Amino acid sequence: MKLFRSINRYFRDAGKSVVRNFSLSLASISCITITLIVVALSIVLSYNVEHMAEHVSSNTSIVVFLDEDATENQIEQVKNNLVRIDNVGEVTPKTKEEWAKEVREKDKIISIAIDSWPAGENHLMYSYVVKVKDINEIDNTASIIEKIDNVSYINYGKEYISSVITIFDVIKKVCIGGVVALILVTAFLIANTIKLAIFSRKTEIEIMRLVGASNMAIKVPFIIEGSFIGFIGSIIPIVLTFYGYNALYNFLDGKLFSSSLGELVEPYPFILYTSLILLVIGLLVGMFGSYNAVKKYLKI
Amino acid sequence: MDLIRITDVQKTYKTGTVALYDIDLTISKGDFVFVIGASGSGKSTLIKMLYREEKPDKGSIMIGGINVAKLKNRKVYILRRKIGVVFQDFKLLPKLTVYENVAFAMEVFNYDKKKIHHRVMEVLELVGLKNKARMYPDQLSGGEQQRVVIARAIVNNPKLLICDEPTGNLDPDTSMGIMKVLDDINKMGTTIVMTTHNRDIVNAMKKRVVVLHEGKIVQDYERGKYYEVV
Repeated sequence: MKLFRSINRYFRDAGKSVVRNFSLSLASISCITITLIVVALSIVLSYNVEHMAEHVSSNTSIVVFLDEDATENQIEQVKNNLVRIDNVGEVTPKTKEEWAKEVREKDKIISIAIDSWPAGENHLMYSYVVKVKDINEIDNTASIIEKIDNVSYINYGKEYISSVITIFDVIKKVCIGGVVALILVTAFLIANTIKLAIFSRKTEIEIMRLVGASNMAIKVPFIIEGSFIGFIGSIIPIVLTFYGYNALYNFLDGKLFSSSLGELVEPYPFILYTSLILLVIGLLVGMFGSYNAVKKYLKI
Repeated sequence: MDLIRITDVQKTYKTGTVALYDIDLTISKGDFVFVIGASGSGKSTLIKMLYREEKPDKGSIMIGGINVAKLKNRKVYILRRKIGVVFQDFKLLPKLTVYENVAFAMEVFNYDKKKIHHRVMEVLELVGLKNKARMYPDQLSGGEQQRVVIARAIVNNPKLLICDEPTGNLDPDTSMGIMKVLDDINKMGTTIVMTTHNRDIVNAMKKRVVVLHEGKIVQDYERGKYYEVV
């Protein structure tokens, strides 16, 4: 009964304190809100960049052209050799006819040239479109493929892919570093705001100690109060993430730049996880900030 | 029977100032003791040690069976629950009413609301503030605020009431009113240790007087008067 009364009192006191010290609570809540919005933006940005990088990686392929005179057995043998390579994912055949159809659609002059060939003749090459599992290993994989018998040559836009890899790698590192730095700055900023708010309540803590409150009985209401402030402070960032990202996704139709490169992360469950992260940061930083600030005044 | 037994206590601050040395003092249950001395004589340090705001470097301080000198920081509350403290600067919470300020000290013990209400009204009546229970500290005079502090200090029926210059900020008439309240509390059995500079109060009360000078007890009078000792 006494324990229940204690817990009840801790929550009641924490709630009362938030209201009684409204201006200080508001300062802490605003600080949490602003910093969490920045954290939310950086999470959205970094996760989307990561997603785009993955998208590019998973759609990067090597086109393997076979010798023009390769027999059906040899064509099948090349396929068997390809699937045995570790970094090779999906292997899709592309026949001479499919190539002819594709180039006809793309280029009028080539279309005319193909039409000039005698009926039944096709000088295009049979090929395989090979998807790689790890884009960073594409150069090694390409050199292995080149050595397979009956492979005439390969094409995978070496220059383009290596620059894309480098760009995404840099952006990814910057974003991850940014998110980590922001979370640390957020924690520091919030903890300091709470420290200031609690500093002004030094007398209150002093009196609590004086009248015989145990350290635990002093700390708990402040920790609960900190979590209340963290919770309230995370509401606006969560709402903004929830509705803002949904609106952005719908407005851009899920794509940035072009469909092959800039596909955005689907809103669900991404925004749910992001909201959860924001809530947890708000709660934890609020709680630990308060705990840390109060602890200082209990060392007498 | 002794409530406080101070043996061979010494305290030197980090700055090198020797605040107290060779302090031996015994205070019995139900005593009313004035601790007097010039500024810097060590009386505040001595009083702070009684409620474990300061720790001695050497010696022991026994209060009601607790060795205050060896009390760990996290266990300080055990001592504080047995004592009440009254300060010159009141230390009231401005955002709480008179009632809430006094009840605050009882809520720490997790008493039920009914018991808290009954006891708070009882002590507010004792200090003559029953009709001001709903007011806030800044709506009260200095003397009334000090009465609230006394009410808060005695609400848990402490064995010992420590008063650090409780009349320091009050006019003579109000001060005598506060002393009347403290005397009534003492007559109910609570031991009181009080520091003061107020000559009239010491002379009027005719209680035990302990005199500190440069960190040492130089006089201890059973029924002292200010002019006799300083």
